[in-house]
Amino acid sequence: MFHSRTVLPLVAAASLALGTAARAEGTVEVLHWWTSGGEAKAVGELKKSFEATGGTWLDSPIAGGGGDAAMTALRARVVAGNPPTAVQLKGPGIQEWAEQGALNDVEDVAAAENWDAVLPPVLAGIMKYEGQYVAAPVNIHRVDWIWANPEALAKAGVEAMPTTWDEFNAAADKLQAAGIIPLAHGGQPWQDATVFEDVVLGVGGAGFFRKALVELDQEALTSDTMIAAFDQLRKLRGYVDPNFSGRDWNLATAMVMRGEAGFQIMGDWAKGEFLAAGKVPSKDFLCAPTPGNGFVLNSDSFTFFKVEGDDKLTGQKVLASLIMSPDFQKTFNLAKGSIPARTDVPLDDFDDCAKLSHSDLLKAIESDSLVPSMAHEMAVPRSVRGEFLDLVTEFFNSDMSSEDAVKRLADAVKRAM
Amino acid sequence: MRQRTTSGIVRPSGPGAVLLRGLLFAVLALFCLYYLVPLFVMISTSLKSLEEIRAGTFLSPPRAVTFEAWGKAWNAACVGVRCDGLEPYVWNSVLMTVPAVAISTILGALNGYALTKWRFPGADIIFALILFGAFIPFQVILLPMARTLGQLGLAGTVPGLILVHTVYGLAFTTLFFRNFFVGVSDGIMQAAKVDGAGFFGIFFGIVLPMSLPAIVVTVIWQFTQIWNDFLFGVAFTVGDSNPVTVALNNVVNTSTGVKEYNVDMAAAIIAGLPTLLVYVVAGAYFVRGLSAGAVKG
Amino acid sequence: MQQASLFRTLGQTLERRLPLLVVSPLFSLSLFFVYGFIAWTAYISLTKSGVMPVYTFDGLAQYERLWDTPRWYVALKNLFIFSSLFIGISMAIGILLAILLDQHIRLEGMIRTIYLYPMALSFIVTGTVWKWILNPGLGIEHLMRQAGFENFTFDWLVNSDFAIYTVVIAAVWQSSGYAMALFLAGLRSVDDEILKAAAIDGARPWRVYTGIVLPILRPVFLSTVIILAHLAIKSFDLVVALTGGGPGYATDMPATFMYAFAFQRSELGVAAASAVMMLMTVTAIIVPYLYSELRGTRK
Repeated sequence: MFHSRTVLPLVAAASLALGTAARAEGTVEVLHWWTSGGEAKAVGELKKSFEATGGTWLDSPIAGGGGDAAMTALRARVVAGNPPTAVQLKGPGIQEWAEQGALNDVEDVAAAENWDAVLPPVLAGIMKYEGQYVAAPVNIHRVDWIWANPEALAKAGVEAMPTTWDEFNAAADKLQAAGIIPLAHGGQPWQDATVFEDVVLGVGGAGFFRKALVELDQEALTSDTMIAAFDQLRKLRGYVDPNFSGRDWNLATAMVMRGEAGFQIMGDWAKGEFLAAGKVPSKDFLCAPTPGNGFVLNSDSFTFFKVEGDDKLTGQKVLASLIMSPDFQKTFNLAKGSIPARTDVPLDDFDDCAKLSHSDLLKAIESDSLVPSMAHEMAVPRSVRGEFLDLVTEFFNSDMSSEDAVKRLADAVKRAM
Repeated sequence: MRQRTTSGIVRPSGPGAVLLRGLLFAVLALFCLYYLVPLFVMISTSLKSLEEIRAGTFLSPPRAVTFEAWGKAWNAACVGVRCDGLEPYVWNSVLMTVPAVAISTILGALNGYALTKWRFPGADIIFALILFGAFIPFQVILLPMARTLGQLGLAGTVPGLILVHTVYGLAFTTLFFRNFFVGVSDGIMQAAKVDGAGFFGIFFGIVLPMSLPAIVVTVIWQFTQIWNDFLFGVAFTVGDSNPVTVALNNVVNTSTGVKEYNVDMAAAIIAGLPTLLVYVVAGAYFVRGLSAGAVKG
Repeated sequence: MQQASLFRTLGQTLERRLPLLVVSPLFSLSLFFVYGFIAWTAYISLTKSGVMPVYTFDGLAQYERLWDTPRWYVALKNLFIFSSLFIGISMAIGILLAILLDQHIRLEGMIRTIYLYPMALSFIVTGTVWKWILNPGLGIEHLMRQAGFENFTFDWLVNSDFAIYTVVIAAVWQSSGYAMALFLAGLRSVDDEILKAAAIDGARPWRVYTGIVLPILRPVFLSTVIILAHLAIKSFDLVVALTGGGPGYATDMPATFMYAFAFQRSELGVAAASAVMMLMTVTAIIVPYLYSELRGTRK
């Protein structure tokens, strides 16, 4: 017992020394929360590729849907002065950490490989701080999808995927009459917010989305359009089953897979679950964008923190280059269900839903209807997003009126800014 | 210590007594059910296959017992990209818990001894101040502790975690020992002092050997608290050096489209087994130790 | 001659001061790690801290922000409901079981172990199991419906108004056995003579318990309240595992609130303010009780 007190620190120190001495190819310690099916497979690909270059990958997974526990660990470690080498971090959060001086840049890699030319401008801006790249995006996720089980739809007499919210409501009513749960939903704040922002896009359009959810304009937040959005959200609430509270998103996807439910409104990481279960798109499951003709962007990225030691710095640059390489972008996204962040990767091997996503992305860039996701931390600071989530989830779980909701939303946003 | 029961003196007599006795057993049995059902649920679920879980109810015993979930939980369940089950993390917990328990117990004994047997001005105030430390929610100290550990060069290491648990366990260990020693008569000590024994002499020679009940209570309590801790583990350790509670959370909160309830339950039992064993084996000593005054206040 | 006596007095002074010297380092540890950190947190609550701690003074702005947030009121309400129910019910069950077990039961050892073992489990384990048992689709409600009671509902877990009571159920399950153990130990140490005298006087069992035994157990009440209050504040793990703070944030408590604002929402200042409020509440309740009791034992 007392042995371990003296031996242990020595062992720890020795292994640390050995560790740092032996790795000239690059070492990365990666903090992430991709622990479920499709996601774990995807990050496993990155690990394999990295190790193929001769590097060492130290994995630090901390489970928990939105990365909450992971963020705690990250904060504690940055304060303690030993941050991980790379962290699964995205959106304005990157700038928040950069402002604290906690990040390293990989500008030399980015310039050499000309990242600016292959990333959508909206995304490139998020990856940079003061003009220098501090993070590398692994994918582009689309948040505004409807996933459906064709058999369930056929049983209920729903002929086509809905293109407006009214059509959706009609289809949902038919499903309910046929005894099938219309909407598979997981009652966690971020999922409630995902549905909410998809509704906002459909009810108000991309311009309104930007004004209300990105620029946080008070008028937009209290407008009739916003009230209509909450009304639609209230309607959707009526289409979920009683056990939705606290359910994980991939369990809701499983409900659709099994035919228990007809629809799920979720980003395209749900597709990763379908694929991991061996389902075939267009045959076993259907995909369609939520109403609105927009594109709600979400992107996972690895952010590089300020670490020291040649092996770690090398590791960061190797990782950055690896992440942005076309090969990796292809392999990773095939597993994860998203599309490459690089717009120049050919999508021949991807499924129809992914191809649809890609063509919609290019269209959206052109018609300026590409918006960053609020629910997935791409649009606003975490403090503001927190207020959105609190309000939306309370609305979803109570019988708050839409008028009250918009008033409280406007106040909450003002408070958090 | 001879077990005394109050009923030995005030046992009611007469025909009403039998009825009362029956009622007594009924109530006791009902409570036994309340406490045992979750354990039964855990064990029986861990022995079922997933189809059986979906088909039956949570109370139905397994029709076909299978240990598959246990094997998976022990060495195949995935925690991120590492699919080695809980086994490696159990060892981490052991390395962290044992030293922390030992150190905090000894220090608590010293504290309690000094505070009660050697009256010095301010002893009570010091005790009150130390005791208050037992009530702070641990979230409050996460960040300052992280900074401190970083400055001490202990961030992300098991010794750092040992330090944290030792410091925050001090309040309770001091409480246990202090209350115990309050009940111990001063007579023996006075005699020893007259004989010329000093502070440490009395401590190691007389006080420590006689405080076995308090030591048992303290060790059991500390072992349970430290082994079961999650918050410090997730904040102050890194990846492979996580304690088993953090690993358990990763296993349970991870689902591959299908929540594997049986693996989750098996993993939960594995993570809780050491503390369960301690209670089952040492439970009697625990109550005896409490009777001896460890928590008399 | 003088030198020898000098050393002797020096030795005696050292000896006298030794207890203080022994306790001091341990006490200073406490001072630093507890009170020092509390002071740091209090200071942060007066700054503009967001993602990371910064030290620019900002007055009471964070407190204003805190008291403007509806979620904070939910957390406070939950804390009081939960703590009072948890402590009250655990103590009631504890005393009841202790008195019952004290009646010359043959299987006492085994029954006691059964009552006590939940204490050994981590809150994460407890939360996981009870989440399942209380889940409408999988647990008790499902069981009753399968057994034929078609209209039976027990959906507290997913009901915003009742979810907090499920946390009480699970927490009481975990800790009431411990309260029982403490009371049992206290009962066992009641002096035989007093009880003999009462029996001779013809006092009925009920009167003996309420009039004599319970008052003697007052110190045990103190210890139990301290331990249960400690657990009530710690019930962060349980809430996270059982309800995740939900549905929505209906089971949020100050501890989970503080955690969310500090680590997920990058609002350290607000989190620190909530921590200070938590500490003040704890102080207001615990300190007077401690004071009155410790003064009593000094007699």
